[in-house]
Amino acid sequence: MNEYLLRTESLVKRYGGLLVTDSVSIDVRPGELHAIIGPNGAGKTTLINQLSGELHANSGSVLFDGHNVTALPIHDRARRGLLRSYQITSIFEGFTVLENTVLAAMGAKEHAFRFWRPMLGRPDLVKVANEALAVTSLLPRAQTPAAELAYGERRQLELAMALAAQPKVLLLDEPMAGMSAQESAGVVALLKKLKGAHSILLIEHDMDAVFALADRITVLVYGRAMFSGTPDEIRNHPEVKAVYLGDEAIG
Amino acid sequence: MKTTNTQANPQTSLQTGRRPWQAGTLVPLALFVLLAAVPLWGLLTDNSFYVAFFARIVIYAIAVAALNLALGYGGLVSLGHALFLGLGAYSVALPAFYGIDNGWVHLLVCLASCGLAGLITGAISLRTSGIGFIMITLAFAQMGYFLFVSLKQYGGDDGTSITLTSKFVGLDMGGVYTVYIVSLVLLALLTWWMARLRVAPFGMVLRGARQNVRRISAVGFPARRYLLVSYVLSAMLCGVAGMLLANLNAFASPSTLSWIVSGDLVVMLVLGGIGTIFGPLLGATAFLGLEEILKIFTDHWLAVFGLVIVFIGLLGKAGIAGFLESAGSRRAKGAPRPAAPGAARKGVEA
Repeated sequence: MNEYLLRTESLVKRYGGLLVTDSVSIDVRPGELHAIIGPNGAGKTTLINQLSGELHANSGSVLFDGHNVTALPIHDRARRGLLRSYQITSIFEGFTVLENTVLAAMGAKEHAFRFWRPMLGRPDLVKVANEALAVTSLLPRAQTPAAELAYGERRQLELAMALAAQPKVLLLDEPMAGMSAQESAGVVALLKKLKGAHSILLIEHDMDAVFALADRITVLVYGRAMFSGTPDEIRNHPEVKAVYLGDEAIG
Repeated sequence: MKTTNTQANPQTSLQTGRRPWQAGTLVPLALFVLLAAVPLWGLLTDNSFYVAFFARIVIYAIAVAALNLALGYGGLVSLGHALFLGLGAYSVALPAFYGIDNGWVHLLVCLASCGLAGLITGAISLRTSGIGFIMITLAFAQMGYFLFVSLKQYGGDDGTSITLTSKFVGLDMGGVYTVYIVSLVLLALLTWWMARLRVAPFGMVLRGARQNVRRISAVGFPARRYLLVSYVLSAMLCGVAGMLLANLNAFASPSTLSWIVSGDLVVMLVLGGIGTIFGPLLGATAFLGLEEILKIFTDHWLAVFGLVIVFIGLLGKAGIAGFLESAGSRRAKGAPRPAAPGAARKGVEA
C-alpha cells in the first residue's frame, strides 16, 4: 500500500508576479486528519483548489492514490474519490436535501446518461445518501428544499454531499466558517467521528477545533509551507507563535 | 382525503411539490383532451381550418418542449433554435425536390443534419455562457437563414412548396388530419418523457448545472458534456417539429430560420413556464391562440399582444404553469396566501 493517499510535490501557483503557492509539498496519510492553518491570504483555498482540480498548478505535481492526477479535471478526481467541500456553501438550492445528497452519491460512482428511471428510485444510492445524512444529523430534513435550510444546516449538507461520495480523501475548506459556537462544536464532534475512517485535509480558522482534531498541522504563510508537525510541536514552535498564533487579529 | 393529508402534514406536501390532480396538472391534461377532440370537431363541421390551426399549436409545442430541454432544464438560453426548425423543414423540402417522398429518409436527413448542426454549434457556443451564448447561437441561426436565402435553385427567400410530403408505411403526412394526429401523439410522448427525464439522472444533472455549474463538476459530472448532449437532443427534437411543420404547410422557406422565430420559441417557453413539464404546451397555446384571437379584432394586434404578454410575465417567473400550480396549492390550503417560497422556487429552479 501507499504510505500516502494524497501528496503534492513542489506545487507552484502564480498569479502574474504574485506567488500564491510557493513550492508546497504536503501529504495526507491513510486515516489521518491533516490540518492546514495560516493567516488570511496565505493561499489555503488556492491550495485546495489545486488539489481538487479546479485550478491547475504552474508546476509541481499532485499524486493521489498512487496516480499522478496533476492534469486531471475536477470531475475525474471526484470520480476517483478525491472530494471537497466549499468554504462558501455550494449546494443545489432547487433540490431537496435528499436529492442533493443522492446526486453527490451518484456523481462519484457512475455517469448520468440515464433518461427514464427516476434518480431517487435507486435504492443503493438513496441508502448511501441516507447514511451520509444520518451522520450529519440531517435525516429529518431529507425532504426539505435546500433553499429553506438554515445556515448551519447548509454547511452540514455540504459535508453530507462530500460524504455521500464515499471519498478516499476529503478536502474540507473551512467547514465551520460562520457557524455559531454550538454548531461548530457539533461539526468538531462529527469530524472526530469521521477521523480514522476517512483521510481528511482540513483548512480551518478555528484554532481550538484544529488542535482538538488534527494529527498533523501544516502552517502556510505567504504560500509557503513554513512548518509541519504535531499539534504540540506547532503550539510550541517559536516562529509559528510569532507569525500566527500570537496574532490576535486572526479569528 | 387529499385535503386531510395536506392539513395533517403541510410541510411534506409542500416540499414534495408535485401533487397530482391539481390545477397545475388538471388544466394541461384537459387541454390535451380538448386537442384530441379537435379532429372530431373538424370532421363534424367539415372544416379543416381549425385542425390546421391547432396542428400549428401542437407542432410549436413540440419545438418549445425541445427548447425546454436545453433552456429549461440545462439553462442554455438559445436564441438559435429556428436553425433546427428550418433544417427540419428543409429535410422534407430538399429530398422532395428531387422526388424522394420516403418519410424515413426525411427523418434520417432531419435527425442527422440537426444532430450534426447541434453538435458543432453547441460545442462552440458552450465555450461561452450567458450573453455570449445567446449571441453565438443567434449568429449560427442567422448563418443558416442566409444560407437558405442564397440557395436560389430551392426558391431563395421565396421558399419552396413541397409537392411530395413525407410518406411512412401507410401514412401520408400530406393530409392535415394525419399531421395533426401524429403531432399530437408525438407531443404527448415527448411531454411524458420530459416528465420522466426531469427527475431521472440526466435531468437532475442538467437542472443541477443550471443552478450551479461549478458544483456539478465538483460532484463528478463533466458539466459541459452533459449540456452538449442536451443541446444536441434538443436540436434533433426541434428538427422533428420542423419536419411536421413543413408537411403541414407543404412549404418550406428561410423565414422559418429567422431569428424572430427563435425569439417566439423563447417567449412561448417563458410564457408557459421555463423548466416546467406542461409549460411548452401552455405557452404555445397561449401565444398562438392569442395571436389568432387578437387578429380578429384589430390590425394593431401586436400592441395588445405585447400588453398581454407583459401581464402574463407579471404572474411570476414560472409563467402560466407556475401560476396554475400556485393557484392549485392555494385552493388546497383553503385560504388565499402568497405562494410558498418552496413551491414558487420549484417552478423557477426546476
